[in-house]
Amino acid sequence: MEVFINLLVNGVSTGLLIFLLAAGLTLIFGLMSVLNFAHGGLFVWGAFSGAWIFKETNSFLLAIAGAVAVGMVLGWVLERFLIRPVYGNHVRQLLITLGGMLVLSESIKVFWGPNPIRVNLPAWLEGSYQFDGIIIIKYRVFVIVVGLLLYLALWLLLSRTQIGLMIRAGVLDKEMVQALGINVKGLFTFVFLLGAGLAALGGALLAPYSGVVFAEMGMQYAILAFIVVIIGGMGSLQGSALASLIVGVAGAFMAYYIPDLSLALNMLLLAIVLLVKPTGLLGEKGSAV
Amino acid sequence: MSLLKLDNLETYLGQYHILQGVSMSVEEGSITVLFGRNGAGKTTTLRTIMGFNPSTMGSVHYHDQKISGIPTHLISRKGIGYVPENQGIFSALTVEETLNLAKAKSTGETEEKMEWMLELFPDLKKFWSKKSGLLSGGQKQMLAIARAYINGDGLLLIDEPSKGLSPIMVEKLMESILKMQEKTTILLVEQNFLMASEIGDYFYIMDDGKIVHDGWMQDLKEDKETCQKYLGIA
Repeated sequence: MEVFINLLVNGVSTGLLIFLLAAGLTLIFGLMSVLNFAHGGLFVWGAFSGAWIFKETNSFLLAIAGAVAVGMVLGWVLERFLIRPVYGNHVRQLLITLGGMLVLSESIKVFWGPNPIRVNLPAWLEGSYQFDGIIIIKYRVFVIVVGLLLYLALWLLLSRTQIGLMIRAGVLDKEMVQALGINVKGLFTFVFLLGAGLAALGGALLAPYSGVVFAEMGMQYAILAFIVVIIGGMGSLQGSALASLIVGVAGAFMAYYIPDLSLALNMLLLAIVLLVKPTGLLGEKGSAV
Repeated sequence: MSLLKLDNLETYLGQYHILQGVSMSVEEGSITVLFGRNGAGKTTTLRTIMGFNPSTMGSVHYHDQKISGIPTHLISRKGIGYVPENQGIFSALTVEETLNLAKAKSTGETEEKMEWMLELFPDLKKFWSKKSGLLSGGQKQMLAIARAYINGDGLLLIDEPSKGLSPIMVEKLMESILKMQEKTTILLVEQNFLMASEIGDYFYIMDDGKIVHDGWMQDLKEDKETCQKYLGIA
């Protein structure tokens, strides 16, 4: 029982970290039809800048805020100068966002060197909770709480606000949204910044979770996030949340029981979903919420 | 007074030269009908007015202001409502959400406009919380028209509203469009001559990207030769 609960908590917390990356990716794809491979670069910048700010200030909250700000600034630069000129051209988008990913990952080494950096847990999140012999690491509970709160906030944004209504309509028919007087380019920028901020936040939260950050981690997590987005259904926030939890939990159990298959598992899940329901678990056209 | 004026529009779609010097005007308070065969350039004319397919030459003036060359969302905010040929329904949004979205950037008395549309199309009120994608074809068309009117009631551009609808639904829809003429100006693209000739005041006929004929609708009804030549009506 102890092992089961521990694996479950690990899986859910990992899943919610992946969700932070996947949420932006799925919204950006749904609204803008952009497969943004550079998203992993924003994640790794969030991880490094968060770790650096934490080390310099010893304030974890400041580190998170700083990482999100860095992610959003980089996201704005990416959207404005790299992605906006290639809207509607998928081949060019693919090349330019892959290039963006490489530049973002490699430029990490200019600022922080080529070696991985160790990251400590904030003092107030060290330790664990114990119930009847079951030990749950405090930081994982923190990640779960933050992940769930962010999911709720995103859901409320999309389903209860006017800008959320515009985004959902934009996912369905961008042209018609423009014909209603709505500036779709402004909406694109908003969604891109939101996605970039979430990716950076995911990176900042992951840093103390894994204890070490390295420049190549962006690609590793971006691939996981892409798998989640496809499994959940491209453009569906709920689908991404569900798929993140499935991938996170299944990964945690597989890594414990059959570690050799843990990497293959995600691909297997992806293949099953694509064969059974090619639009993804919750991926109906336009189901942004 | 001309509310909308198109002057010598030339529009290309890729390598195809679709609009070849289209000039026309729409008088305030009128229903002007744009006729023509499939592929004549009617839809492209509306899309050029809305800025989706910008013209390479010529101009569009609305209320004597040049609107060609500005982004679609700013054209819409001048009070131009658009009903595309495929209705452009947001299938996953409810009727309520769709009409609220139409109010977002609307000018004028949006609540009054909303109330009037619900009075004109009671089905929308009945299916207020229903997903738009689950409505019938006629209801979707009503929703598309109501959305366009709430968004911009200065001029409505309506592209083939009768397409795919039953004769009874077409009749109902035409009655509603006729009522809407009391409060707005309409540029209607249609192939259904019998229906459009009953509600239109003025007409233009397009062929191969050019305006080949125009005049009062009453005169067209009596001009068998033109009807036969361009519209295939005996």
